[in-house]
Amino acid sequence: MNESRIPDADDEAVAVEPLALPLDAWHRARGARMVEFAGYLMPVQYEGIIAEHLWTRESAGLFDVSHMGQLGVSSGDDGGKAAALALEALLPGDISALKPGRMRYSLLLAEDGGILDDLMVTCTGRDYAIVVNGATKWDDIGHMREHLPDEITLRHFDEQALLALQGPKAVDALSRLGPVPLHGDGTALAALKFMQADIYDWGGRRLGISRSGYTGEDGFEISVAAEDAAALADALADQPEVKPIGLGARDSLRLEAGLPLYGHDLDEATDPVAAGLAFAISKRRRAEGGFPGAERILALLESGSPRQRVGLALEGRMAAREGALVLAGEREVGLVTSGGFSPSLQHPIAMAYVEAALAAPGTRLELDNRGRRLPATVVPLPFVPHRYYR
Amino acid sequence: MSRYFTEDHEWIEVDGEVGTVGITDYAQSQLGDITFVELPAVGQQVGKGDSVSVVDSVKAASDVYSPVSGEVTDANQALADEPELVNSDAEVSGWLFRVKLSDPGELGKLMDRAGYDAYVGGL
Repeated sequence: MNESRIPDADDEAVAVEPLALPLDAWHRARGARMVEFAGYLMPVQYEGIIAEHLWTRESAGLFDVSHMGQLGVSSGDDGGKAAALALEALLPGDISALKPGRMRYSLLLAEDGGILDDLMVTCTGRDYAIVVNGATKWDDIGHMREHLPDEITLRHFDEQALLALQGPKAVDALSRLGPVPLHGDGTALAALKFMQADIYDWGGRRLGISRSGYTGEDGFEISVAAEDAAALADALADQPEVKPIGLGARDSLRLEAGLPLYGHDLDEATDPVAAGLAFAISKRRRAEGGFPGAERILALLESGSPRQRVGLALEGRMAAREGALVLAGEREVGLVTSGGFSPSLQHPIAMAYVEAALAAPGTRLELDNRGRRLPATVVPLPFVPHRYYR
Repeated sequence: MSRYFTEDHEWIEVDGEVGTVGITDYAQSQLGDITFVELPAVGQQVGKGDSVSVVDSVKAASDVYSPVSGEVTDANQALADEPELVNSDAEVSGWLFRVKLSDPGELGKLMDRAGYDAYVGGL
């Protein structure tokens, strides 16, 4: 037999030896199978993808996402005003309107409006903290260095690890560790809402915690100094609600949540409107423009995109994978960009780009998966409802 | 009865002129949770090395190649409801299909258990 396709592991390959992340030994000691992803050796699974997936939906899963790029954009003593304006030249979000402790999903756009990366940007009150994808971080840094004005400082916090604790019991487990807001006017951990962030002290260690994630569940992402990462991972994994979860389940969880994965569902040839990410183009920016590709993107917002990202529910048990063609009769009408078996729904699901006229929920299509025709129906995204704490 | 192994991680157990084929325990451990198995049709003629079955796991779809040439005489219908049998019992009840061998000489090119264990140990 032959594994013809391992989504997420194949097109991230780099020519150099993969690097070890700060928690490499921690993962191995817990029985992780390590694979190369985005230039790093990362845990793909511990006890099994389905068990890890379901555990995260029911309790809390601990993910190591330290491969992601943690960046800082600052502009001296102006409270980040100039940094916000500089970022607005690269992103379609209303960064200036972001209040301290708030974060936004945004897109790094190419001149033609294609998507260079998707990212999270947080206003700290002094500057902006940005988390970008691991596979694209070096390109992102190069792009930002080239396009940000000289008076704007870009930092790469490559000495920081990033852990995600996701699931309905994440708040119980993390609260029990007792992180306290570093600043007197800070937000108590349990009072943080989805897309809010603050700095916490945990036994003399500094944690940057946001209530966010990429599983569709309530949960947190925690930025921690690399040398403190094992202590934090130990303390979290010691909580009865928490198990370590690998990349495999991270992929099936985000797919069920309808969240696009850069390099698969998003790329430079894809615009935000086709991707269903028009919400990332803020109202003020739509009115004013001034972001890369604004002319094209604003026209697409007006006219609608000729193709759209949709969810597909498959009949039967065979999953369609990235690269499968979407057919209406014998006519090729789209392409699957992510697909797999949904552990929560117990049937295969996929995301695909299809012609706009065929994007309505209920539309029946077929997928050509390695020569086999699989019936599929367009369904609304997400496949599994989000359960964010708002 | 004797059991043989391929470099693609199939096993075949031969009883008279019929061989029972599955994937090895090592293979299932590498694939992870198996969610679907596509089986060949009974009566189908297969050649040695032909892709005749697909094992779908949460992370990937994998072809299963026939270790020998012949005619498919049976397929493990229990896998339709319980594909996870390939995870829990890959080398016994998680068998995939049976082939009536047209050229038993093909078995001579396959590995025995010791040879396969050494092969996996070197991966």
